[in-house]
Amino acid sequence: MSAIAASFTSLRFRRGLVVPLLVLVAWELITHYKLANVHLLASPTAVLKSFAVQAKEGELFSQLLASLRRDLSGFALGSLAGLLLGSAMGTSRVADRLFGPSFDAAKQVAVFAWIPLISVWFGNGEPAKVVFIGLAAFYPVVVNTYQGIRSVSREHVEVTRAFRFSRLQTFRKVALPAALPAIFSGLHLALIYAWLATLGAEYLLAPAPGIGNLMIDGRESMAMDKVLLGVILAGLIGFSLNAAAARVEAYFLRWRVRNA
Amino acid sequence: MSQSAVIDIRDVSKQYTVKNEVLPVLERLSLTINPGEFLSIVGASGCGKSTLLRLLVGLDREYQGEIQVGGQRVTGTNLDRGIVFQEHRLFPWLTIEQNVGLGLENSPWDAAKKKQAIKEHIELVGLTGFETAYPHQLSGGMAQRAAIARGLVNQPSILLLDEPFGALDALTRSRLQGELQTIWQREKITMILVTHDVDEAVYLGDRVVVMQPRPGRIRKVVEVDVPHPRDRSDPALKALTEEVRAEILHVSPEN
Repeated sequence: MSAIAASFTSLRFRRGLVVPLLVLVAWELITHYKLANVHLLASPTAVLKSFAVQAKEGELFSQLLASLRRDLSGFALGSLAGLLLGSAMGTSRVADRLFGPSFDAAKQVAVFAWIPLISVWFGNGEPAKVVFIGLAAFYPVVVNTYQGIRSVSREHVEVTRAFRFSRLQTFRKVALPAALPAIFSGLHLALIYAWLATLGAEYLLAPAPGIGNLMIDGRESMAMDKVLLGVILAGLIGFSLNAAAARVEAYFLRWRVRNA
Repeated sequence: MSQSAVIDIRDVSKQYTVKNEVLPVLERLSLTINPGEFLSIVGASGCGKSTLLRLLVGLDREYQGEIQVGGQRVTGTNLDRGIVFQEHRLFPWLTIEQNVGLGLENSPWDAAKKKQAIKEHIELVGLTGFETAYPHQLSGGMAQRAAIARGLVNQPSILLLDEPFGALDALTRSRLQGELQTIWQREKITMILVTHDVDEAVYLGDRVVVMQPRPGRIRKVVEVDVPHPRDRSDPALKALTEEVRAEILHVSPEN
């Protein structure tokens, strides 16, 4: 069963590689035959060389680490706050009435619109970036946690009443596990949004080490190899974070019925 | 095997209000259920039999009249009254073992005794070997067995069953009816079974309460004076089944 699943995934995985490989070949050909301006489009080989140089100097690694640290701090901050608010609104009618409308209104404001306020309140440095990333992660976690907890079936709650569960027991034994699939969807989205927001924060707030910085540097010195390297790295990291989240999710939700 | 208590239902009425219209569900129902008895409650849908059961469990507390268990008015659920619903209502994120263990969440027993009780009850319903399976891996009949184990695990003196075999296929249903009879004889507790299956009601019950709808009330109480374990082909049992069926059909000739 799992062997079949594994070969299916690997087949799917190999098919997924077809397009990137074709793009890579086309890209190399275009630059090799100078079909485009090489100053505007560096060749894959140049990007690879740039990667080797930066990696050797150790600079790339520290930039990557800085971005990831920022990303994960914001993600942790935002999703923790989101879990708290979402659970409160999901379990308590009072909290729902109190915070629900304000949250729904705040949700309508694009996260980037908060940047001016955030920079006034938290400055231009690291705290502001983390808060901004946290905000991006916050929304999907609140929405999904809330909906997950609200979707607990009455039938299951009756079982806990028959066994005289306390409110805490009901939350721990029923509401939380029943909401877990939705919570994971929320965290998963938050992880993606946080990574997008990380690059946004690096672009829009004060320059500091990070992948965004690498790209800004590249653009300013017309080193397109650096810019493209940044784009590729951002994509790869996003892809890896996504895959890691899917793995964790599959592990915790292994009780679910597996249907296509 | 805990001390069973008498269940006393006196003049119980209940109504629902739907859009300002009062809908009587139960009307002046009186009934005494003896400790260790197997009582079947049978009737067409809408006769209030499930409502009565919910009142006995304590899941529904709004009614007129008096329901007492062992001289105490029922004011809510109690660990001494277990329940098995029509749907198994197992928690999909817990294994069978953990699901059965839910019944012991608030039990004063120590961990070893709990573990032992879970093991024994899984064995009692014939699910040994499936302790670590998840509900979605079980058939409907097996899931309902697990639900019965969960209802019995903390050794209540009363087990209430709300059409527990209603959603199962005929073959599985008769097998589980037989098993329930064995369990009842072994545990010597009071069981109250709500069903619309006349054969099931008579096969299992010491007494069969026939209810009639609109508003729900007791039409007749039929004694089933046939010793357990029973044989389905017993002529006395068959005659009583026909008697009960006639009572129900008489009530609703349109069916």
